[in-house]
Amino acid sequence: MLPRALKKLLGRNLMHALGLVIVLAMSLAALLAPWIAPFDPNALHLDNILEPPSSRFLFGTDRLGRDVFSRLLYGGRVSLWVGFVAVGISVSIGTVLGLVSGYFRRWVDECIMRVVDIMLCFPSFFLILAVIAFLEPNLTNIMVVIGLTSWMGVTRLVRAEALTLREREFVDAARLAGTSTAGILFRHILPNALAPVLITATLGVAGAILVESSLSFLGLGVQPPAASWGNMLMDGKAVIETAPWLSVYPGLAILVTVLGYNLLGESLRDIFDPRLRQ
Amino acid sequence: MSTLPASAAKGRLSGPLLHVLRKTLWMLLVLWGITIISFWVIHLAPGSPTDMETTLNPLAGAAARQRLEVLYGLDRPLYVQYWDWLTRIVHLDFGNSMSADSRPVLTKILERLPLTVGMNVISLVLTLLIAIPVGIVSACRQNSLLDKSVTVLVFLGFAMPSFWLALLLMMFFGIELQWLPISGLTSMNYEQLNAWGKFCDLARHLALPTLVYTVGGLAGMSRYMRACMLEVLRQDYILTARAKGLGAGAVIWRHALRNALLPVITLLGLSVPGLIGGSVIIESIFALPGLGQLFYGAVMARDYTMIMGNLILGAVLTLVGNLLADFCYGIADPRIRNAKDNA
Repeated sequence: MLPRALKKLLGRNLMHALGLVIVLAMSLAALLAPWIAPFDPNALHLDNILEPPSSRFLFGTDRLGRDVFSRLLYGGRVSLWVGFVAVGISVSIGTVLGLVSGYFRRWVDECIMRVVDIMLCFPSFFLILAVIAFLEPNLTNIMVVIGLTSWMGVTRLVRAEALTLREREFVDAARLAGTSTAGILFRHILPNALAPVLITATLGVAGAILVESSLSFLGLGVQPPAASWGNMLMDGKAVIETAPWLSVYPGLAILVTVLGYNLLGESLRDIFDPRLRQ
Repeated sequence: MSTLPASAAKGRLSGPLLHVLRKTLWMLLVLWGITIISFWVIHLAPGSPTDMETTLNPLAGAAARQRLEVLYGLDRPLYVQYWDWLTRIVHLDFGNSMSADSRPVLTKILERLPLTVGMNVISLVLTLLIAIPVGIVSACRQNSLLDKSVTVLVFLGFAMPSFWLALLLMMFFGIELQWLPISGLTSMNYEQLNAWGKFCDLARHLALPTLVYTVGGLAGMSRYMRACMLEVLRQDYILTARAKGLGAGAVIWRHALRNALLPVITLLGLSVPGLIGGSVIIESIFALPGLGQLFYGAVMARDYTMIMGNLILGAVLTLVGNLLADFCYGIADPRIRNAKDNA
């Protein structure tokens, strides 16, 4: 299934290819940051403070004379890491709750769905801010909090799939064969509901990256001196009149990365969703 | 279902009533859940609102901390605190802010609400005015050059972090062109201006933040409008309308548009939490004294009562938005209206 999907991903149109290329390029850049980065991201070049982009400092330097390009690469690791871990958490919670809810129905379903209703009422950014303010704002806390406040969509999605799949013959067959409930849920129902989960997860990575950068921009995310695209923008805002490049490149990095994951998610939807394929 | 007049009458009476009852119960349950999460999320997190005044203040000792905790009632068991707080918020008493001014939370929130809601309403209206026509044209000319360019813009809009857009706009309109002020709600000489001058001053200060809000909503709304329109255009009654010789204009404006607009109502209701959450960032960038800034300040100061009040208010606004959307949908769509009556 996978190679064929990959072929479709690349072959169909520009949008599909672009999403995949951006995601791969950004991931590679982040993973290989220690080898690509021309400077240590925290090294101070005190003779070159607020230097505009040049051949030595590709994207210029900041107020402490740190190389913006190197910091962007390391910031990319933060974004990538946050995106994947936060989505991992929310997808795991959402999948389990959704499967249980859709399979057992009745009061279990009723309870879980009411909790989802309640959680969806909160402006999630409010909730995240409120919790982060009391915890130490570090990477782990951010990832966990984003994950814990974004599982509701996945739950609804998986529940809907489970509700229809549980009536299918192969589930009856598994039940008759004596498969345990956990086995039915994870070995028979889940694999058939994987495509929509994959699509939501891809779009979720984009969302998590945006939330992390917003938090860091407000000073409640990744703390300096560690580089994150959000806190680089916060730094740049103070000198926006004299050093605009500090406010341009990190934002561009966020834009391109989020665009990449969104495009990839849309292409997956095109490929997997038969109703849109036509 | 029955043809007997008596039972039909009974069905009409009990149907809507039952529906309203069920809806009310659901709402009460959700409201209660909202209070639970607002309270426990904050109280279970480590750290205390007295940290700012004690641990971080070298002049205050353990005794001062204890006095403060007694003053705020933080020394009591959590369930007592929760019950006490719950019984008070039922009477709309959210307590006093734990910041230096100790004013009532509700007063402080209500002062800030008009600005945030006002900006959001203006930008929602602008969003609809732009997104609906764009969505219609994209759907009617699917895969045309225009549709493709709109799609590209939509994806860029989705990926654009609002705070970065705000920075770029500040750079361009505020610093480069010097057209618009980049922060605050009013100018220094606001008090000396006449009514018209005051209006213009406000409008100039709110132009960029409103633009940021609008761009944020535009992508989603136009994409959604396009999808709804495409869905409707595929229906049989559109084919019928075309087959009986109606012009393209009549088919689109009289038959398709009305149906395609319905789901947009729901999306409006669903967009409320995002707008409220987004206000934190936009208001702190542009230094606007709205709800978002109030919340951000409360979070930084660990002002328990204020944070809880804001969380509740945000959630209740969302709930009201959803119910309102539900209600409007029911009025606008005769199929749902009749289905409810028959339920």
